[in-house]
Amino acid sequence: MTPSLSRRQLAGLLASLGSVPIIGTPLFSAFAQERSLDVRTGGSFKPIPIAVTQFAGDGGAQVTSIITNNFKRSVFITPVDRASFSQEAGNPDQAPMMDAFRAVNAQYVVTGRSSRGGDGRVQTAFRLWDVSTGAQVTGQQYATDANNLRRVAHLVSDAVFSKVTGEKGFFDTRVVFIDESGPAEHRRKRLAIMDQDGAGVRYLTRGDDLVVTPRFSPTSQDITYMAFGNANPKVLFMNIETGQKEAVGNFPGMTFAPRFAPEGEKIIMSLSEGSSSNLYTMDLQSKATTRLTDTQAIDTSPSYAPDGSRIAFESDRGGTQQIYVMGAGGGSAQRISFGDGRYSTPVWSPKGDYIAFTKQSKGGFGIGVMKPDGSGERLLTEGFHNEGPTWAPNGLFLMFFRDPGGGGASRIFMTDVFGRAEFAVPTPTSASDPAWSPLLSA
Amino acid sequence: MSLYHYAGHLKFAALLCAALTIGACAKTPGEEGLAGMGAGGGYGHGSAVPGSPEDFAQNVGDRVFFESDQTDLTSKGQATLDNQARWLQQYNRGSITVEGHADERGTREYNFALGARRAESTKEYLVARGIPASRIRTISYGKERPVATCNDISCWSQNRRAVTVIGGGQS
Repeated sequence: MTPSLSRRQLAGLLASLGSVPIIGTPLFSAFAQERSLDVRTGGSFKPIPIAVTQFAGDGGAQVTSIITNNFKRSVFITPVDRASFSQEAGNPDQAPMMDAFRAVNAQYVVTGRSSRGGDGRVQTAFRLWDVSTGAQVTGQQYATDANNLRRVAHLVSDAVFSKVTGEKGFFDTRVVFIDESGPAEHRRKRLAIMDQDGAGVRYLTRGDDLVVTPRFSPTSQDITYMAFGNANPKVLFMNIETGQKEAVGNFPGMTFAPRFAPEGEKIIMSLSEGSSSNLYTMDLQSKATTRLTDTQAIDTSPSYAPDGSRIAFESDRGGTQQIYVMGAGGGSAQRISFGDGRYSTPVWSPKGDYIAFTKQSKGGFGIGVMKPDGSGERLLTEGFHNEGPTWAPNGLFLMFFRDPGGGGASRIFMTDVFGRAEFAVPTPTSASDPAWSPLLSA
Repeated sequence: MSLYHYAGHLKFAALLCAALTIGACAKTPGEEGLAGMGAGGGYGHGSAVPGSPEDFAQNVGDRVFFESDQTDLTSKGQATLDNQARWLQQYNRGSITVEGHADERGTREYNFALGARRAESTKEYLVARGIPASRIRTISYGKERPVATCNDISCWSQNRRAVTVIGGGQS
């Protein structure tokens, strides 16, 4: 039985948390056979029902609530209504009586506790039980500052999600987005960051400058975005922990549509040159820039394949916006979108199996996915006006924003790769341009 | 009435300018010389000081409009730019900024490129009419700065625009 955090993950976790470590240790070994949900076979699965019992201890109610809320949006698993099983777990360290959970068709039960110790730190532990065998599947305990309790709840959620589905988790992540306020004509836009469930909003800019299209590094807590300052609008780089920012390159025109390469070592973006826009990269260490396309067209919204070998982008070189794929060094590009309409904002899944896009057709703006060869196109949502998909690090979920038009408030939504469910992500005000972080503990 | 028939009430205009809009006066170096010419007659409508950015916006037309997803100038747009070029040669020797904008029916990143193209085609036209390219800066706001925010074509068509701004700044 492997612990839910690998040693490498744990090392990364400890490193990323600095002075407030969450220490995760597995709770003895377990013997239940693992069952996985094969989410690759299509959207016809039934979500796995899980009974999340009320965690014991003074932090238990909060942790239970966060986990249950996560599972309500997790599509592949579903929390059993707690009112339907009368029996609470009792001692969370002992196997619960499974009959009550069998009666409500739960396949798994989560038990746990979370309480403040004498040193002010919070001890949280959970165990995942298989209802059919009565055995523990996995378990983990965490010691943390009280202000990291939300993260612990997300780590527990991820541990359960990955054990039950066989897929990586995605709850211990954040989303950087644009917080919008004021009238549409002079909308104030601030860079903001929140947990994936909308909690813990923090602002990264003050709103003096127009900022748009933030994107996370796949490997660190750095972001890149476009800002209008006193000079030409351009692409910036920001470390979100220190707030330190710098211009990405010194280009003779507007740079926009930035995105990191998979290892976070360089940024790809568009440069406006006269009436055309072409793709460039800049290495963040050497500052060397490389031109990748040289056309009279609009080449923009580039996104790397997760192995770094190829780049998807949109171009109107054939007349209207369509999605093309080329090698990472540039050169000839193959068009992959051939459906009815205009295709834009291609974003390669972190799993490599899909490219998400925005599709304009018949006055509507849909969000969809297609395979990297252009086959298997599927729309996940349609209407006016959806835009800008971003992937969860496990490649199973996406966020995008929906702007109703006419100056109304735009909102961020989350859906799954099969488009089975859609959830509004709570934000303080109008919000757009979500960008999902990698797993914080990866 | 010819659009460039020179305006009257110069004395009053000059006083008003001194009292209220010193900044704008300082930015229109052509004005003093023209005032000295002592020309008269009504210039357009409104109370804008001839040679001022307000005069440019109200009486010449500071913006041209584009068809959906297009960057070619319409014949009406070309006529507006002809007038802009004449005004700029008459009154203004400073720098100008051409701002390109798009309506909201496009993706954010594409619209930055589209707005840049509209600004560029506007700049190229003004250059062809004798305005030095070195005086013209371009910037694209994509769909970030609409002037009209209803949800139909009456607003979209106002937002697909290129705005010539005297001295720079933001429309």
